[in-house]
Order: sequence, then C-alpha cells, then structure tokens
Amino acid sequence: MSTSTVTMGKALNLALHDALANDDRVLVFGEDVGRLGGVFRVTDGLQAEFGKQRVFDTPLAEATIAATALGLAMKGFRPVAEMQFDAFSYPSFQQVTSNIAKYHTRTLGAVNAQLVIRIPYGGNIGAIEQHSESPETYYAHTAGLKVVTPATPGDAYGLLAAAIADPDPVIFLEPKARYWARQELDLPLPPLPLDRARVAREGSDATVVAYGPTVQTALAAAETAAGEGVSLEVIDLRSLAPLDMDTLAASVRKTRRAVVVHEAPVFMGMGAEIAARLMHDLFDVLAAPVERVGSATTPYPPSRVEKLFLPDADRILEAVDRTREY
Amino acid sequence: MADAIDTRPEASAGERDPIAALLDQDGVLTAEAERDAPVSHEQLRELYRLMAISRRLDQEGLNLQRQGELGLWGPYAGHEAAQVGAACAMEQTDWIFPYYRDFAMAVCRGIDPGAILGIFRGLAHGAWDPYEYRFAPFIIPVGSQIPHAVGFAMGCTLDHEETAVLVGFGEGATSTGDWHEAMNFAGVFNAPVVFLCENNQWAISVPAKQQVAGRISDRAAGYGFPGARVDGTDVLSVYTVVRAAAERARRGEGPYLIEALTYRIQAHTTSDDPTRYRTDADVEPWRARDPLEQCAARLRARDAWDDAFAQAVQGQADERASAMRWTLLAAPVPHPSRVFDHVFAAPPEALLREKAEFVSGLEAEAGE
Repeated sequence: MSTSTVTMGKALNLALHDALANDDRVLVFGEDVGRLGGVFRVTDGLQAEFGKQRVFDTPLAEATIAATALGLAMKGFRPVAEMQFDAFSYPSFQQVTSNIAKYHTRTLGAVNAQLVIRIPYGGNIGAIEQHSESPETYYAHTAGLKVVTPATPGDAYGLLAAAIADPDPVIFLEPKARYWARQELDLPLPPLPLDRARVAREGSDATVVAYGPTVQTALAAAETAAGEGVSLEVIDLRSLAPLDMDTLAASVRKTRRAVVVHEAPVFMGMGAEIAARLMHDLFDVLAAPVERVGSATTPYPPSRVEKLFLPDADRILEAVDRTREY
Repeated sequence: MADAIDTRPEASAGERDPIAALLDQDGVLTAEAERDAPVSHEQLRELYRLMAISRRLDQEGLNLQRQGELGLWGPYAGHEAAQVGAACAMEQTDWIFPYYRDFAMAVCRGIDPGAILGIFRGLAHGAWDPYEYRFAPFIIPVGSQIPHAVGFAMGCTLDHEETAVLVGFGEGATSTGDWHEAMNFAGVFNAPVVFLCENNQWAISVPAKQQVAGRISDRAAGYGFPGARVDGTDVLSVYTVVRAAAERARRGEGPYLIEALTYRIQAHTTSDDPTRYRTDADVEPWRARDPLEQCAARLRARDAWDDAFAQAVQGQADERASAMRWTLLAAPVPHPSRVFDHVFAAPPEALLREKAEFVSGLEAEAGE
C-alpha cells in the first residue's frame, strides 16, 4: 500500500489494472482502448501489460460491444466494456435493456450477466454535440441493471472494483469533467458497496442530494453557505439504482429540507423519483417542498452557453433558500 | 410464385470454397459429396424421426393455441430440415443460440417441449438452463441473439476450446444492424460461429425480395469469410454443410454463413393472417418440397424405409405430442412473487423490500 495523489482517470485505470491482475477472467474492450489507451486514457498501458487477448480494440459498433460482452459473460468471462461517450451508448440500448438486463430472468437465474459497461457522461467540458449527455435515468429506469457513478477518485476505484466483482450487469457512469480531479489515496482500496450513498459533508439545515459531477458543486455551495451561517448536509448517492433511501431519509429526518441536484434535465430526472419518495416517506417531517436543480428540457446546449444550464453553487444556494422560506 | 426469389445456390464467381463445393446448382448435396462424407441409413432415419416428431409437436402447439391453452404459437412447419439438420450436425459440446422459431432445435437438444411451451402460455419468460443443454434462450428482438453467439464464440477461442457455435435467425434478421455488426465482429475476431439463416422467405408479410437485394449467402464475402446457400428443405444437405462448417470452425478456420432456403408454410404466428399477403398458389410449390417427404424419398432410394418404421415414428410423435400437452397443462402458474426472483443474482435490499410489500399486499387481499 502506498499513498499517492491520483486523478479519477488514474484511479479507474488502477482499478482496471488490479482487476485484470487479480482475476484472469477479466477482459477490457471497446473502441480505442488498446494501443491508444482510450480517448480519456483510462485504459492507458493495460494492453501493453496484459496483452491483446485481454485488452483489445473492437470494431466501431456499440450494440455489438455490449452484446459480445453478454456472450463472453455467459462463457464465464468478466467483461468490462467501454462506450466512448455517453451519446454513443445509445446504439447499444436494445442490447442493454432487452437482453443484458433481462438475461438472468430469461434463464431462470442460470446465467449471470456479470459485466460492466463503462460510460463517460455529463457535460462541462466544452464539447461539441453528443459528448455531454446525462443518460442515467434511461438505465436506472430499467429493471435488472445496477447503475453507479463515482464523484471522487477513491470512489471511482472502490466502485469499479465492486462493479467488476458483482454478479449482475452494472452501468458504470464516469463523470468525465471529474476525470482530472485529484485525491490523495492509499491504494489499493477495498471495494465499496454498490447500493449505498455516502454523507459527503455533514450539516443540519438542509440536505443537498447530488451524484457524479454535481457532488463537487454541492460541496462548494455548502462551503459558501457555511460562511453565511447555514449548515448544509451533502449526500453523494454513488448508486442511482438502487437508491439508498435509508441514508437519504436519515439525513432529511434531521434537516427537514432537501434539494436534489443533477446535470440531467429536471423533467423526469432522478430528482423526480427522490422528491416523490421523500414526500411519501417523510411527509410529516418535511418543512418544505423538495427542490430540484438541473438542466432545462432542451437538448444539451452548445458549449459557449452550457454553464448557464448546468447546476452551479448559486443555483443550489437559491434552491436552499427557497426551502428555508417555509 | 408471386414473390419467388432466385433460388440458385450461388452467384459469386471465383474460387469455390470446399463447403459450397459440396452442393450442386440447386443447393443439394452432390452424389460425390454424399459418397465422400457419408451419412448412414441409421443417421438419416434418426433425422427423419426427429423431423416427424418436430412436425407433430408443431401441430400440437397450433392445436393448443386454438384451444386457448397458449397465448401465441409460432409455427415452424417447413423449417424441420433446416432446424433438425443443423442442430444434429453440431457436437454435444458445441453451443446453439436459437431464434424464437427454433423449437425443433430445442427438441433435438433434449429440452422438454412441454416445459418450453410455458413461455407461450405465459408462465415464465424462460424454461431451461442454457448450460445444461448448451442451448441459449429464445430471443424475441429480431437478430439481437446473433452478436451474443459471436461473443460466446470469441470466449471459446480465448479459452482455447475446440467448440463451434451455431446461431439461428430468419432472413428478416439479416436487415438488422445486429446481424451486420455480428458478422463483422465474427470476421475480425475469426470467431468459430456457424451463421444459419433460415430463409423462409417471409418476415411476417414482407417477402424476401423486399428484405434483401441479392443473395444472403453472398454477403459473407463482405465480412471476409465464405458462405453457401443450401436447399433448406433437404435435411441431408443441411446436415452435411452445417457439419462441415462446424468442423471448419472448430479447426480455427473461422466463421461460415449458411443460407438454408426454405418456406414458412404457416402464418408468422397465430396472430397473423397470411391471406392478406399471399395465396395458396404461392405456398403450393413449397408444400411439394416437404422436408419429411424428401427425406422419406431419400430413405426409400436407399432401401432404408419401411412401413413399420413409418408407423413406429408416427406412434412416437403422437406420444411426444401427448406428453407435451399434459406437461404443459399440469404446470402450475408460478406464484406471482416469482417475478421478483432472478432479476438479479445479488438482489439489492430495495428489491427484496419491494417483493415483501408485494407479497404482503397479496396476502392482505386474500385475507379480505
């Protein structure tokens, strides 16, 4: 074990490395993941170390990247497939929703679709169209999938290690704007549970629920609020399916106010489910309606204006203020 | 035939691959090929027996649907030679990835047909353990099972196994992106896959000519491996070319595409009405090419056919049909809470709670 400062991209790379080293059934494949090391370099050096049999480039065909992962899982391998960008996961949607998510049911439990599909997602990187999507609710809405997303390098390592070891299909959403975020870590870290949120910051006046790219934004808002004498608790969901309602409820029982933050459009986003659940489970406790902060019901905006649509600390603090007006 | 397609087996010029060379211009095994790779009388009788049982089970499936015991049935009459010939050509150690009409392949693999019918009765979405029979589940979204077979076959190569993988699909599936992507992956990774297109000339109401320009078997060349069109109504021809393609795959020589040309004698499913898009006159020439009749003719020509055999086979087929019916009708409707089982191998606490709530809701209702 050694302490070092690593980026999220490097933490993911190390998690893949350690999984490949510890289990010879683990395979890593996708577009440009071999010699190039992936467009974000998450698979950098893996083919050189583990060979072209275990880390390989595929033709440019996302549906069949996902489908061959299922076939390989059926053969007893542990595939970790990469989709190059969020919007490029859509061609694989039928395979993921109709086959991968349902194969265990369809075989009466005989076949485990033990595979991981890694998808860089989210905006705020100044990209052209189709490179900044937030597809999480499509996947979270599909029974049979586990959907997780890390917010820190340490969580990236622990969640990816757990996802690869888990017997079920895991959609692993990587907040690409956070690939370069740094953290001091003692690696290797133990795997994290795939169904538990974490309290990223304790507080007492309101709960801010965030995940992936918006956790850092929520923490920044909490820091500002603290300067103004308002104590915000920040929950990092880590898992979007299932939802850790126990951790959420415990927090809101304490603060009586909640704001859900995500980059995806507010309409039918994760915030809708969380608000409904909190209202149902904690109706007597809530002091104010649950607030949601997210994007507009528009296609993802061009990069020159994206910051006006993405949640920032000010919009989170305004939402907190609205919950405190009651 | 209004929508008849060009039935010649091969169009492409150039060097013939050795498997295509087993076939004459009608896609039928040449006498020479039959002599070189003989199929014994006993084997051919077994193929006939399995086709006769399959046909009888198909008829029983149709009857059960008409009697209201099945929600849906997808008849496969006309496919017996393609399905039985191909399934029997694979070794028991090989794998088969079927499409939803490949019922006869499942029967050949020893899966209890009465249990399979539970899928069409609405009892469960699956009926067998793929590992027990080396037979993947039926897949409904057209063509989407094809890349599963390729992924599995890539795994066989990685494991240094001499295993071939057969994947079945109709000609409609060859229009899907999944088929093209899977063919491409198979070529690029040299996967040991035998692609079996059961070209029955109808994708519900759309005839093959409106589905595919040119020949399906020729398309293999575009993906860097060979293909051949075989008479899909002749079990001996199908059996021989699939066996050769599987042996080739096991030797590490890569994928092969076989287009078995046949005809869907019945409707697409019991929900379909083929009188809206074709006439009896269209079907008639293909009734004359009945797979069972053709096999019987081959057996007669070999002096390997007698009435006692025919009667014994018919008796077995009737027994199997009866057993299938009673297995189906005896199967209980599973407890509704079973829907929560097998969603995950490691179910999250949240789902277990949801199941418990569902069960207590049912119990409360029952108590009222």
